[in-house]
Amino acid sequence: MDLLKVDRLVKRFGAGANLKHAVRGVSFTVPRGEVLAFLGPNGAGKSTTMRMVTGYLEPDSGDALIAGASITQERRDAQLSLGYLAEGAPLYGDLTARAFLIFLAGAHGLTKSQTRWALDRVIQDARIDKVIDRPIETLSKGYKRRVGLAGALIHDPPVLVLDEPTDGLDPNQKQAVRQLIARMSEDKAILISTHQLDEVSAMCHRAVVIDGGSIVADGAPAELIRQSGADTLEGAFQTLTREEIIS
Amino acid sequence: MTQAQSETMGANLKTPPLSVSPDNHPHMGAESRRRSTIAAMTSIFGRELRAYFYTPLAYVFISVFLLALGAFTFEIGRFFDANRADLSIFFLFHPWLYLVFLPAVSMRLWAEEIRAGTLELLLTLPAPVWSLVVGKFLAGWAVAGAALLLTTPMWITVNYLGSPDNAAIALAYLMSFLMAGGYVAMSTALSALAGNQVVAFVLAVTTGFVFTAMGLPLVASGVAELFGPTAAETTRLFSFLTHFEAAQRGVLELRALLFYVGVIVLWLGLNTLWVSRRRAN
Repeated sequence: MDLLKVDRLVKRFGAGANLKHAVRGVSFTVPRGEVLAFLGPNGAGKSTTMRMVTGYLEPDSGDALIAGASITQERRDAQLSLGYLAEGAPLYGDLTARAFLIFLAGAHGLTKSQTRWALDRVIQDARIDKVIDRPIETLSKGYKRRVGLAGALIHDPPVLVLDEPTDGLDPNQKQAVRQLIARMSEDKAILISTHQLDEVSAMCHRAVVIDGGSIVADGAPAELIRQSGADTLEGAFQTLTREEIIS
Repeated sequence: MTQAQSETMGANLKTPPLSVSPDNHPHMGAESRRRSTIAAMTSIFGRELRAYFYTPLAYVFISVFLLALGAFTFEIGRFFDANRADLSIFFLFHPWLYLVFLPAVSMRLWAEEIRAGTLELLLTLPAPVWSLVVGKFLAGWAVAGAALLLTTPMWITVNYLGSPDNAAIALAYLMSFLMAGGYVAMSTALSALAGNQVVAFVLAVTTGFVFTAMGLPLVASGVAELFGPTAAETTRLFSFLTHFEAAQRGVLELRALLFYVGVIVLWLGLNTLWVSRRRAN
């Protein structure tokens, strides 16, 4: 079952001479149990696509179905099924990590007892027990990222959209997050944007490469390497995106 | 991190199924939609109230507001020289102080979310935009209400000094609170429109000044000279000041009540529109 279905999303910014096509008809699906890497150079349209998928931005056309609910027609149903870690993990610095997670649990309509259980779960999953009662503004970048990840998981959504989930983490923390994602992928659909190609082979079943707002490749990491004629995923990425830039 | 630690990380706790687990929530029912809307609203309200009192903002605002109100009432209004057991002089300055202080309280409500990038967090919550708007508005209004509540020693003082019409004073307090709601709703909406705290403050003070000064006799006579008496009366009807005058005299006017409620609803509607429009960009 496709828990995430992205259907011909289009987004333009500006007007007249300043009109910029950020995303040009991007489509893909992510079934339950799959981790999909969303790759592309800076400015390729990754974050804009993710923002449309999560309902933060309205697409000019196209749609995304989250667990069957349309993000344009049934936004609240769709967002209830979605956990989102935004680029840079924007958080409320004045709140403690615990207060932040309680805020998110409340905003997702969790009852007090559900919130208690959910807190225990995400504190353990994101390994933030040592900093749970500290103000977020005093935390390191890595811990802030993990609090953001815990926030995305608080309502146990079936679909996760994670924009650079390991950004700012040390190698041990990265490894831990990869394991967490691998475990969660059993019953969720997970879309991950990353620049770290070693992560793609390590934790993603499939990769979609976007450049200039359009998808230029879609397949398993090994398949992308084979198709591009490169030796590594990094080589494949360079080949795929460089060709687009030249054309 | 050791291998053992790595392996234990993320070990799942036995948790009860949440309302949003993959298999039981394809669509929200009307009841769960209503509960979720209220939950989002109260969460935003609580978060904003906490933000006000976590930082010195609310304390500074309330202290300066009380000092300024005291200075205006006793020094400029000559409260004791009037030798009257009522609070009409005290209430006279409320609109003018709200005009400056309430934009200062409300300017951060949306502008700070936009600056910090947390608007993305809010707009991806499964909540209607209006519930976020109302939650933020109520938090700003609650700070205004707390400031107003702390002026009640004035009420006690006039009761000690004489025999005031307490029903009239209670009415003036109620209308002052409603009027404060109008200023907060306006300032909060302009915070969403401007997206920058300083610009939001300037916009709100300017807009508030226009909608307050429109009730001054000087402005009314100027408008009457230029556009005729009907235009002058129409202009006066849209002023915060006009609808507060009757309440200061202890008279409850239905149209004043409707005016303040209407102003709040109108600005909350504009606020919802301006936040929603950010989705398109």
